[in-house]
Amino acid sequence: MSLLATAGLTAFYGDFQALYGVDVTFEAGETVAIVGANGAGKSTLLKTLTGLIPAAREAVRFAGEAIGGLSPAHILKRGVALAPEGRRLFPSLTVEENLRIGGDHRKGAGPWALETVYDLFPALRERRHAPSTALSGGQQQMVAIGRALMSNPRVLLCDEISLGLAPIVVKDLYAALPKIKTSGCAVVIVEQDIVQALAVANRVYCLQEGRVTLTGKPQDLTREAIQEAYFGH
Amino acid sequence: MILAVDTLLQGVLLGGLYALFAAGLSLIFGVMRVVNLAHGDMIVLAAFLIFAIARAFGVGLGVALLIAIPAMFAIGYAVQFVLLNRVVGRDILPPLLVTFGLSIFTQNGLLAVFSADSRRLSAGGLESASIALAPGLAIGVVPLMTLAAAIVVIFGLNQIFYRTAMGRAFRAVSDDPAIAQLMGVDNRRVFATAMGLALAVGAVAAVFLGVRANFDPSIGPARLIFAFEAVIIGGLGSLWGTLAGGVLLGLAQTIGAEINPEWQLLAGHLVFLAVLVVRPRGLFARGVG
Repeated sequence: MSLLATAGLTAFYGDFQALYGVDVTFEAGETVAIVGANGAGKSTLLKTLTGLIPAAREAVRFAGEAIGGLSPAHILKRGVALAPEGRRLFPSLTVEENLRIGGDHRKGAGPWALETVYDLFPALRERRHAPSTALSGGQQQMVAIGRALMSNPRVLLCDEISLGLAPIVVKDLYAALPKIKTSGCAVVIVEQDIVQALAVANRVYCLQEGRVTLTGKPQDLTREAIQEAYFGH
Repeated sequence: MILAVDTLLQGVLLGGLYALFAAGLSLIFGVMRVVNLAHGDMIVLAAFLIFAIARAFGVGLGVALLIAIPAMFAIGYAVQFVLLNRVVGRDILPPLLVTFGLSIFTQNGLLAVFSADSRRLSAGGLESASIALAPGLAIGVVPLMTLAAAIVVIFGLNQIFYRTAMGRAFRAVSDDPAIAQLMGVDNRRVFATAMGLALAVGAVAAVFLGVRANFDPSIGPARLIFAFEAVIIGGLGSLWGTLAGGVLLGLAQTIGAEINPEWQLLAGHLVFLAVLVVRPRGLFARGVG
């Protein structure tokens, strides 16, 4: 039984259909990359998994339990957390308060707490009392990931963590992912930067126009196959 | 000289009452970005509730207030959960219309139950007690208690806002409701708690309102205007700013009345308009969007 799985998942924005029968699975302790062009449905998939966009109950299962369409709060309590696209930190809260609110509604214990998040991202410890808006983009992304970790998730979803950041900063962020994975958490990264994604992933799904067009291990996929799945030509 | 000091003191003390009116309004605006047009009527409702409790059980105002505070919290929680949560968030107009309707409903409900007669809360002689500061200069005990209550309430609300998980949730929901949900925050319960807290503060305001002056079911909207002006003068989103706004409004009214009794309300409104012209976001606005 997969930790988190979808079966025939569809999603809509009003009349516009964004996902068409998507089947994906995520297992504990693996890193999965979801790649695809702009508008392929990657972020929509994550929003559907976290309850921000409605889904059919049976279309999403967490450890066998049907959770599609549950509220974000209920899905978080099951153990699925999201570091959203664009960071979306709370500007009225300090760095530490942003982290704390991630853990305010967690259920049960786990490896992640303020100190372990600061150990993962030491730069945040020095700036713990600063307003979140005063941080650099890379540090804000660290807070977004740390905030999601504070709920002690079993599945961590990261949406476009490299977007708008300098390559050196992206390298630091990606260096943290293996440490997160060793805590027993499944890590799912949505990326437009294929090279970065393939370097860390155990498995890859490629989305195009709301459908999974390719899946496999990075080492088994040819450049041509990825290009075809990514762009459709 | 004594007259000038007396006027300033009375103004500051009156500001305490306005700050109490305004604290709940400021809280609701800070969390939900909603102007509760029924806020004044809710304070009047609390005043009638305290009046009814004191009369029915033959208890003093302190005991009646202790009963009214949780009762008003429950009323606020229920009104928000059942009614206002349906219209919060999409557009600013529906909450305005619903709270306007709630204002009319409350006024007419109070009229039906308590009639249009003016009432007053009796504090057992405390309302006429005063402390002499100098020959010819004295301050009333009730106005002093009002200002002290305003400071305690605003200090307490600030502690809740900046020192508790509930306060973090208030600010997070205000910043970004969708992402707050992702943190496990139930926005509907946060809004309901905020409204409950605002009306609990309203009960404290009500007891001082009822002791200082007569009240009847129709006076809510006028209290709302003072509260609204205090919030705007102080700056949206700042609770200490609301206290400062209330004091400035109280000072303006008292000084205006000293110059000419007819100028009392006018002077307050003029200061409000002047602040709007010079600092449209208020004197102590926090960085709210």
